Amino acid sequence: MNRVRSAAITLVSPRGAVFLLLAIMLVAITVLNPNFAEPGQFIRFVQRVAPIAIVAIGQYFVIVSGEFDLSMGALITAQVVIAGNLIGQDESKSVPVLLFMIAFGIVVGIVNGLVTTLLKVPSFIVTLGMMLALSGGVLFWTGGAATGNPADGFRQIGRGGIRDVPIVDIIPFSVIILVVLLALAIWFSKRPFGRTLIAIGDSSTAARFAGARVWQVKTTAFVISSLTATVSGVLLVGYAGVHPSVGQGYEFIAITAVVLGGVVLGGGRGWVVAAVAGAFALEALFTLLNFAGIPSTLRDAIQGGIIILAVAYSATTFRARRKGHSTQTLPPGKEPDANDGPAQPAPQMSPATGSEH
Amino acid sequence: MSTAAVRPRRRVPLDSTLIVYIALIGVIAIGAILVASVGRNFFSEGNIRDILTGMSVLGLVAVGQTLVILTGSLDLSVPYVISLSSLLAAETMKGYSGNIIQGVLIALGIAAVIGLANGLIVTKLKVNGFIATLGIGLIVKGYLDTFYKGSSGSVPAEFQYIGATGIGPVPISTIIMLALATLVFLFLRRTRTGHHIYAVGGSLDVARLSGLRTAQPIIVAHVICSVTAGMAGLLLASRLGVGSPTVGSQGGYDLLSIAAVVLGGTLLAGGRGSIWGTIGGVAIFAVLNSVMSVMQVNPFLKDVVRGVVIVVAVAVYTGRVIEQRRARYGTKEVAK
Repeated sequence: MNRVRSAAITLVSPRGAVFLLLAIMLVAITVLNPNFAEPGQFIRFVQRVAPIAIVAIGQYFVIVSGEFDLSMGALITAQVVIAGNLIGQDESKSVPVLLFMIAFGIVVGIVNGLVTTLLKVPSFIVTLGMMLALSGGVLFWTGGAATGNPADGFRQIGRGGIRDVPIVDIIPFSVIILVVLLALAIWFSKRPFGRTLIAIGDSSTAARFAGARVWQVKTTAFVISSLTATVSGVLLVGYAGVHPSVGQGYEFIAITAVVLGGVVLGGGRGWVVAAVAGAFALEALFTLLNFAGIPSTLRDAIQGGIIILAVAYSATTFRARRKGHSTQTLPPGKEPDANDGPAQPAPQMSPATGSEH
Repeated sequence: MSTAAVRPRRRVPLDSTLIVYIALIGVIAIGAILVASVGRNFFSEGNIRDILTGMSVLGLVAVGQTLVILTGSLDLSVPYVISLSSLLAAETMKGYSGNIIQGVLIALGIAAVIGLANGLIVTKLKVNGFIATLGIGLIVKGYLDTFYKGSSGSVPAEFQYIGATGIGPVPISTIIMLALATLVFLFLRRTRTGHHIYAVGGSLDVARLSGLRTAQPIIVAHVICSVTAGMAGLLLASRLGVGSPTVGSQGGYDLLSIAAVVLGGTLLAGGRGSIWGTIGGVAIFAVLNSVMSVMQVNPFLKDVVRGVVIVVAVAVYTGRVIEQRRARYGTKEVAK
């Protein structure tokens, strides 16, 4: 009984709300289009979300550490164009080019991270500059037109899958990649790295005093973010083909998804699973609008309204719940609810005010 | 204790705005040499007019953006406000000069309403400025995409003069922009709300504990920002002769104006910065653009250069600010 109640409380809490939203969306889609609930259809839906969800995982790590990554979309485009131009029809080049793309992603992440942490440039500006440089560079290289088309074998990563599976018929590779990356991400966030990242996002000064190497951890977060953009790019090559505008807007979609998942901009609070659920909720919303026959031009308007409402909901609820509670969010299973002892917050408050002297 | 110590130290030799203008002079010097190397004159009347014209639209947007950033918020909805205002003005005027005042008022009025919505969502619903303005921007974008298929309306010839004429090499549009910047400068310096904008951006909690109504300055900043974006839209309408649903987003004014503000020495976190710094930042962009156009740099490479310049300039600049801060904290206790 008590467990049911606390589960219900979690569902309406900021972190749980995204799952509630997602459930409502999925039910609504199923009502409009019963076929959607069939396993085969559903797995297609998951496949469609995979690139967004993967980018959201990367953006989660950056946002929770208190930074932004606006360069993701441009990096996706860059990777897609690299794959298209360098692999061409020569299947044997797939592996070396893939390795090159990963290296390129790592370099972009390291540059973003180091300029942000060591040169103290706000990450908004660093990644904005990176975005301009990458997208300008890609367009310069391709002359602004769609060029190249990677070999079919490479495109299979994004569009193919394990065939003849009972029930769902096909398990797309992208779904498998998403599951693996999500598992990795959960593992990362439970390790010291993930905990340090959240501590840094909450207060980078306090984390530094506690002995964290802020620049290393944040740079790692940027590298993770760039790597997820790379993976997403590889999937999109198979799915959408090569086009200089393929990754356009992904940075804002990723940020929206992460924020829908209750992750606080400015860092220090959030759960990677909820961020992925945010990506699913966003895509479910688009699917729903599609099925409901709403003109695609209004999609943006509705998306805008929903994200404002979702964040307003979590911000106002969180404020109400925060009174008398500590702000810790880990571990994910334990939502601080009304039963938590009021003794916790007190010892955390006093050192915070005194530490500057 | 610390506030008392800050006051006299604020007059450190190189203040942030000065650095921006030193950087501007550097960019002009390098630009002039590059332009001279291809046999053109950087200081020709035509070139100066081009640069000043290039400053006007981004300048209007950036002046408003400065206020919003000073409060610690952001405005990502400006490109859509720009497009909407250009359309509203052009559709209301319908080419008749008698409708000019009406058109301007409607465009700026709607812009102000959008700014008010931004401000209320940020302050009352406690939504982060990034998300609030992104959401409102998307809503306006949805409206534009749904109801306007292309450019529409038309602007009378009298209104087009604003974008086309000038006094000597100085275009009217730039004079309007600079006049507005002066007004906003006085607003920040002389009015209570202006001071509160700095206070709220410096620390929301401290401002609240000091007894400020923290919502009001943020709302005012958002309204002014949207109105200046609306003015930028009017200016673009006067230049194009029609209203266009994509004129704002094509210009990338959201991110560029934020970049110009930060380039001008305003802290992205809020609480520190100046209007004249922003104008300097806008000027750097305009000079850069003009030099690249004269040198016939590939338009895509321009973006690369712009990106690198933004990051490098801000890196050089923030390096200084951090040092100043350390000194401030360090002098009283441990001077390392």
